[in-house]
Amino acid sequence: METISQVNRRQFLQFTGLVSGGIMLGASLNAAGQVNKLIDVPPGTPSEALAFNLFVQISPDGQVYIVVHRSEMGQGIRTGLPQVVADELEADWQRITVVQGLANNKYGSQNTDGSNSIRDFYSKMREMGAAARAMLVQAAANQWQVPVQECFANQHKIIHKPTGNNLGFGDVVHAAALLPVPKLAELTLKSSDDFKYIGKPVPVVDLQNFVTGDTKFGIDVDLPEMVYASIQRCPVVGGHLKTLDSKAAKAVKGVLAVLTIEPTPLPAAFNALPGVAVIANNTWAANQGREKLKLEWHTGANGTHDSDEYMETLKKSLQSEGRVVRSKGDVDKAFDTHTHHVSAQYTVPYLAHAPMEPTMATAVVNEQGIEIWTCTQNPQATRDAVAAKLEVAPEKIIVHVTLLGGAFGRKSKPDYAVEAALLSRQLGGKPVKVTWTREDDIQFDFYHAISAQQYKAALNESGKVVALEGRTAFPSISSNWSLDANFASEGEVSLGFVDMPFELENLRLQTHRAETHIRIGWMRSVSNIQHGFAINSFVGELAQAAGRDSRDMLLDLLGSERMIDLSKSGVKKYGNYGEPIEKHPLDIARFRAAVVAVTDSAGWGGKTAADEGWGLAVHRSFVSYVAIATRVKVSKGKVDVKEVHCVADCGLVVNPDRVEAQMEGAVIFGLSIALMGEIKVKNGAVVNSNFHDYPVLRINQAPAITVTLLQGSEIPGGVGEPGVPPVAASVTNAIVAAGGPRIRDLPISGHLLV
Amino acid sequence: MMKLNINGEIHSLDADPEMPILWALRDILKLKGSKFGCGKGLCGACTVHLNGQAIRSCVTPLAAAEGSELTTIEGLSADGSHPVQQAWVEHNVPQCGYCQSGQIMSASALLADNAAPSDSDIDTAMAGNICRCGTYPRIRSAIKRAVEIQEAK
Repeated sequence: METISQVNRRQFLQFTGLVSGGIMLGASLNAAGQVNKLIDVPPGTPSEALAFNLFVQISPDGQVYIVVHRSEMGQGIRTGLPQVVADELEADWQRITVVQGLANNKYGSQNTDGSNSIRDFYSKMREMGAAARAMLVQAAANQWQVPVQECFANQHKIIHKPTGNNLGFGDVVHAAALLPVPKLAELTLKSSDDFKYIGKPVPVVDLQNFVTGDTKFGIDVDLPEMVYASIQRCPVVGGHLKTLDSKAAKAVKGVLAVLTIEPTPLPAAFNALPGVAVIANNTWAANQGREKLKLEWHTGANGTHDSDEYMETLKKSLQSEGRVVRSKGDVDKAFDTHTHHVSAQYTVPYLAHAPMEPTMATAVVNEQGIEIWTCTQNPQATRDAVAAKLEVAPEKIIVHVTLLGGAFGRKSKPDYAVEAALLSRQLGGKPVKVTWTREDDIQFDFYHAISAQQYKAALNESGKVVALEGRTAFPSISSNWSLDANFASEGEVSLGFVDMPFELENLRLQTHRAETHIRIGWMRSVSNIQHGFAINSFVGELAQAAGRDSRDMLLDLLGSERMIDLSKSGVKKYGNYGEPIEKHPLDIARFRAAVVAVTDSAGWGGKTAADEGWGLAVHRSFVSYVAIATRVKVSKGKVDVKEVHCVADCGLVVNPDRVEAQMEGAVIFGLSIALMGEIKVKNGAVVNSNFHDYPVLRINQAPAITVTLLQGSEIPGGVGEPGVPPVAASVTNAIVAAGGPRIRDLPISGHLLV
Repeated sequence: MMKLNINGEIHSLDADPEMPILWALRDILKLKGSKFGCGKGLCGACTVHLNGQAIRSCVTPLAAAEGSELTTIEGLSADGSHPVQQAWVEHNVPQCGYCQSGQIMSASALLADNAAPSDSDIDTAMAGNICRCGTYPRIRSAIKRAVEIQEAK
C-alpha cells in the first residue's frame, strides 16, 4: 500500500511544478513577484488555480479559492474572513471555495485566540480582495485596450462601463495572475455603502456538512496504516513514572505496543506530559489496554496540592503586602475620613475548558518528513513545539488544521500534537492518532486559574463611592514558562482589573502572591472571568449598601462620558488586547450605552414575581463592550435562570448572525461557570473526570436569550470572548434581587440547587 | 463475524461483540459522523437510532445491534433533507458543529415519536445532548421549525 508520505511526496511535486511555472505571486502585497514555496498552496486548492496573493487563488473556470489561515472552532471564521475578501474582490459568494491554511508564518499569526481574527485581519483581508480585484480589472482593460478607469468589477465579472462589455473572472485569470501585485497605496477599497457581504448574516460555509455529519474534525483524521493511541499520563505536574507493568495491557486483543513518553523538566510549557501510551488497531482496544496498565507514579513537589487548602492560602495572600498596579488619590485617607465601608471577598475555582471534542492529534514522523493533522487553534505553535521536541527545523513540518470541535483556549496548547509526534517516531514513522478521552480532557487541561479577590469601598452620606481598593490573587499563566512567576502578569491584570472603568477620586488596585501547582491556561476571556464577576458583584453590593438601584449605582460609578487614560493613575503598561489605545480607547460612552440598552431591553425596573429578580453587569474585554441583564427565580433553595438580555458593542460587525450566536454561546458558557463550574484538586491530581462531576449547562437549564448589537465604532472589536465576563455577576446580583443569598464564591451550586 | 444493518446496508464485521457501536462505526466502518464526547453516555455526541430509538452508541455494545436497524447521521436522509436537518440549516444552529449530529439524531427521534412536542418535551428529550458552544436556544427554535416542515410534508 502506498504510504501517506508517498502521497504527500506526489503532492509536493505537483505543487513544485506549479511554482516553477512562475505563476505564484508574492506572499504579501509588498513582496510582489516573490515565488512562494509549496506550503503556500494548501491542500484543497486545485492545481489549475492561479495565485493572486497568499490568500486568493482563482481557477480558469472562475472558482475563487480563499485561504483561511485561522482555525474554525465555532466562531464562524471560515465564513467571516472570506466574506471580507469576497466583498472586496466583488466575487459571487456561490463561486467561493474556502481552503484551510497550513501552518505558515507568511500569513501572520495563526494563533486563533484573544478574539483576534477579525480585528487583526479585517484590513488585511480587504487588501487581499482588493488587490486581486485590481489585477483582474487591469487584465480586462488590457485585453479591451481601454483605460482601466473605465472598468470595474461586479459579481464575478469585469465590466467596461462605456460599452457594457464584460468578461468573467475566469476569462482573464491567466493574464491577471501575471500582472504585478499592486502596491498598498495604489489600492482602492470599497466604500462601506457598497458592501455586499460585510455586515450580512451569511450562513456558514460548513453548514450543510455539519447537518449531514460530513465534516473532518481532529478525531476524524484517518490515514492508511494508522494506529490508535490512548495515553495514561502522570496525574501530578512535575511527577514521573515509578513502575510499569504492561503485561495485561499487551494481552488485550488489538493492542500492538505499549510505549512511554518521558518527562520534560518543568516549567510545563507545551511539553507532552509524561505517560504510558497503549497503541492498538482501534480506539476502543487502546482504551481497554490502557485500563489494564499497572502504574505507579512519583508525584514530586506538587503532590500535596489541594485546591480547598490553596483557596485559603490565596485569601491569606490578599492580606499580605501586594504590588500596586494602579493608584489615584489617597485611598487610605479617604477610608479614614468616610467611615461607611463596604468590603467583600470573591472566589472563583479552577475551571476546565471541556470542548465537546477533546484534544486530538495524528502524526507521521519519518525520513520523508513530519506531518501533523490536528484540531489546533495554533498551527504555528504546534509546528514549533513538535520541532523543538524532535530537534528538527520547523520548516520541515507540515501542520494541517482540521475543524475544531470547540476549543475555548485549550487547543492553542499543542501538548497533544507533541505526543502524537513522539509516538509516531517511536513506531518508526507509522501514522498515530492520539485520542484524548473525556477523562483525559478534564484531568490534563491547562486550567483557568483559581482566584481570590477583595474589594473595599467607602461611601459618603449621599451613598456615593469616594474610595475603592481592589486586590486580586491568582496563579499566573506565565508559570508555564517561568517557575518563579508568582504574581499575575501585566497582561493578566490588563484583563478587566487594572482597567476598572469607574470615575473615582481615590482608587488603588493591587495584585498578590500566588504560586502555581498545576498547569494554568487561558480559557475563554481569561482573567476577565474572575474580574468581571467580582467587580460587578461589588457594584451590586454597593448599591445594596447605599439603598440605591443597581443600575443607577453602576451608571454613577461609570461616571461621565470620557476616554480613560490609565497612565494618569500610575498604570505602567496596559495591554489593551494588543491594540493601540488611540484606536481602541477605554470609552465610557460605550459602557453607558450598553448598560442603558440592556436595561431597556430587559424592561429594568418593571414588576417581577416576589421570588424573581433582575441582575446587571457590564464589562469591556477584547476591546468590545457587553452588558448583561438576567432574570432568575429563587424558590425552595433552587435558582432558575429564566431570561438573559445581552447587549454587545463589538464595533463593526462582519457577520451579525455569527456575532449573535457567539453572544448566545458566551451566555451559556458563562452560566456553566457561574452555576456549576468547579475543578477540585487533591494530592496534586484533578478529582473530576467527566460530565457527571464536571457538569456544564444542558438545554433544560438554558434561559431564553435576547441579543442586541450596538455599533459604537467603525473598527471591529473582539467577539468570541467578551460575552462571558459579565454573565456570572448578572446571575448572582439577580439572586439577591430575588430574595436569595449574596453568593461570593462560585460556583452557585455550592450554595443553591441549580 | 457479526452482521449489522446500518443505514439500510448489511455490514459484516469481525469485531468484539463488546465493542461499543461508536468505535465500530468510526474506526472499522469509517462512518465518522457520530462523535465521541464522553464515553459514558453523558453527552449525546454519539447518538444514533437503534430501531428508531435514540441511543448512546458509546456505551451500547455491538451485540445489542445484531438483528436490529441502526441509523446514523449519514443515513438520516439521502441529501440532508430531513425536516430536522432543514430546520437546522434555516436557523443556523451549529457553531463548532461537533455535537450537532448527535443533537439532530436526538431531535429526529423525538419528532418521530412525538409530532408536536411541547417546550418541556423538547427540553426533556434533548437534555442528554450537551452543546458546549451553547446552541440550545437555536436547537429549541429549530425543533419547532422542524415540526412545521414535517407537518407540511
